[in-house]
Amino acid sequence: MAYTISADGLRKRYGDVQAVDGVSFDVEEGEFFGILGPNGAGKTTALEIIEGLREADEGTVSVLGLPPWPRNSKLLPRIGVQLQASSFFERLTAREQLQTFASLYGVPARRADAMLEAVGLTAKAGERVEKLSGGQAQRLSIACALVHDPELVFLDEPTAALDPQARRNLWDVLREINTEGRTIVLTTHYMDEAESLCDRVAIMDAGRILRMGPPATLVRGLDSPARISVPSGVLPLDDARALPGAGEAADDGVSLVIETRDPSAVVAAMAARNALTGVQIHGATLEDVFLELTGREYRA
Amino acid sequence: MSTWQSFRSLGRAMFLGFVRDKGALFFTILFPMMFLVIFGGVFGHQSTSKVEVVEIGAAPLIDQAVARDADLRKTLKVTRYETRAAALKKVEKGDADAAVEQRGGTLDVHYSAADQVKAGTAQGLLGSIVESANQAKSGVAPTYRLAAQQVEDDSLKAIQFFTPSLLGWALASAGVFGASQTLVSWRTKGILRRLRLSPAPIATVFAARVVVSVGVALVQLALFLAVAQLPFFGLKLQGSWWMAVPAVVAGVLAFLGIGMLIGAWAKSQETAQSVTQLVVLPMAFLGGSFFPLDASPGWMRTLSYIFPLRYLNEAMLNVMGRGLGPMSALPQIGVLLGVAVVASLLAMRLFRWDSA
Ligand SMILES: Nc1ncnc2c1ncn2[C@@H]1O[C@H](COP(=O)(O)OP(=O)(O)O)[C@@H](O)[C@H]1O
Ligand SMILES: [Mg+2]
Repeated sequence: MAYTISADGLRKRYGDVQAVDGVSFDVEEGEFFGILGPNGAGKTTALEIIEGLREADEGTVSVLGLPPWPRNSKLLPRIGVQLQASSFFERLTAREQLQTFASLYGVPARRADAMLEAVGLTAKAGERVEKLSGGQAQRLSIACALVHDPELVFLDEPTAALDPQARRNLWDVLREINTEGRTIVLTTHYMDEAESLCDRVAIMDAGRILRMGPPATLVRGLDSPARISVPSGVLPLDDARALPGAGEAADDGVSLVIETRDPSAVVAAMAARNALTGVQIHGATLEDVFLELTGREYRA
Repeated sequence: MSTWQSFRSLGRAMFLGFVRDKGALFFTILFPMMFLVIFGGVFGHQSTSKVEVVEIGAAPLIDQAVARDADLRKTLKVTRYETRAAALKKVEKGDADAAVEQRGGTLDVHYSAADQVKAGTAQGLLGSIVESANQAKSGVAPTYRLAAQQVEDDSLKAIQFFTPSLLGWALASAGVFGASQTLVSWRTKGILRRLRLSPAPIATVFAARVVVSVGVALVQLALFLAVAQLPFFGLKLQGSWWMAVPAVVAGVLAFLGIGMLIGAWAKSQETAQSVTQLVVLPMAFLGGSFFPLDASPGWMRTLSYIFPLRYLNEAMLNVMGRGLGPMSALPQIGVLLGVAVVASLLAMRLFRWDSA
């Protein structure tokens, strides 16, 4: 079966900066694919090459079986794009904005109200875009990308600069879109977002894809210990070190943290000592994957 | 994908964006209108003002002359003051051109040297009153007579000039500004890239801008004509004024072309704004929008030929103000369309979707 997106050996240079440095990946139909990386990793550039907004210096792309560059009016109605910087017509209301985009795609303007509903902006329909909050603007921008019911949706950091509540609301919207059968490609610099939403993630840094796969597989492939913590005083530090299966342990006066590759054995031993008050267990995360791949702490 | 639908929705978006922009509305509609009201109001009534004379006490010689002669009443305005001091004060302050005191058979005229022209006119008028009074007394019919007639010269009544030429300026600034601002702000705000991702043909973006601008220009034309024809301003539209409509359309196309050229070239809105001013203001001054070119020095008239606005002003002036036939606007319309084509072609070559 042909891939929905097939990118091979993409490179793009801006002056001295090699923004994208040999990126290849395929996305299957219906997949929720994430590109995760810190700012400046080259996510936007890679995405814009695939959308057909920029021409790659090297490499080939095919989207839904068609080349996106130069501007391909056969392809455009089938994809929906939310750009990193939201771009709205000035001084139009949310509804007018959607109506305008609907007509550009030859879709009846009444789709606008259905879209407002879908992203939970019905109450803001008559509000000028300049007055929308960051989260509302992002949701409107996504609605504009979806108004013509595209098969493939590109979202460039849709939740950047949103507060946690707004981010979670938006995640629900995105999952919904994906469940309807659309293929989604999303970029993000939030680890938890990639873990929570994506079927597959490409971890990107300095223009390259470092690793790619389902988030759980990436984390499991990592040989990093789990961390078990209890409030200080629940268990003496020496006792903790002596627990079966325990590795390093440290007490900073607030919490006692035990590293282990066998968390179930350690927890069982702690239970036997009745020392499970306030226990927390942290598995490895994509942050640990990033640390291992780059040798650097992950800083978005 | 209907091109027509894209075109309509973009036109609507631009139109709403324009009418909701209070600044743009002010500068395209109200601001030029203020100029029309001021210029029309000030210069439109520049009929030769009356000579004002104050009498000190009664001056029967003058009163009789004014009562007899209707023409004299048109040129001479007489007020009476009881005291000499009050009357002289008026003259000193320039409120009156001369003060007159009749003592028996003598008229004493007091005048100020500040406005010698007015003082001279006043003396001349009073002198002729005395002379004709003498003649009437002697009963001899005058052998020589001075028949003064105001020359209805070629120069136009002010409002006939200001209506088309201020309108020309208004159209030029709205056209150039509208096009350059739309293009630059749509590019810097990413709307152009977003449109690029939609299947709408680019031509519809430009076509929508053209249609909205032409619509706005026709509204400007209608408002200008409506205001200038109010009795207070007194514009008299000449027979083939309707030729102003195609002239306005051609002018708008030329200015849009220039605006798109600026908009395609400029990187930021500030640059576009300053360049627009640098183009429009000199063009308005030297293209004959604020004063008639007929009365300007030769070099200025020669220079004016490089400004598209000159042709629009001339075309509108010919058919609206001067009362020339409809054909008189055709050459200018031709030039404007030529400018439109050349500027648009250049703009298309410079066009960029993206700011980086
Ligand atoms: N238009 C551009 N001109 C010059 N440099 C650019 C441009 N766009 C991006 N870059 C540079 O390319 C690199 C990758 O940028 P970008 O693709 O935006 O990364 P990300 O989206 O992951 O933050 C950065 O170093 C950025 O400064
Ligand atoms: Mg980015």
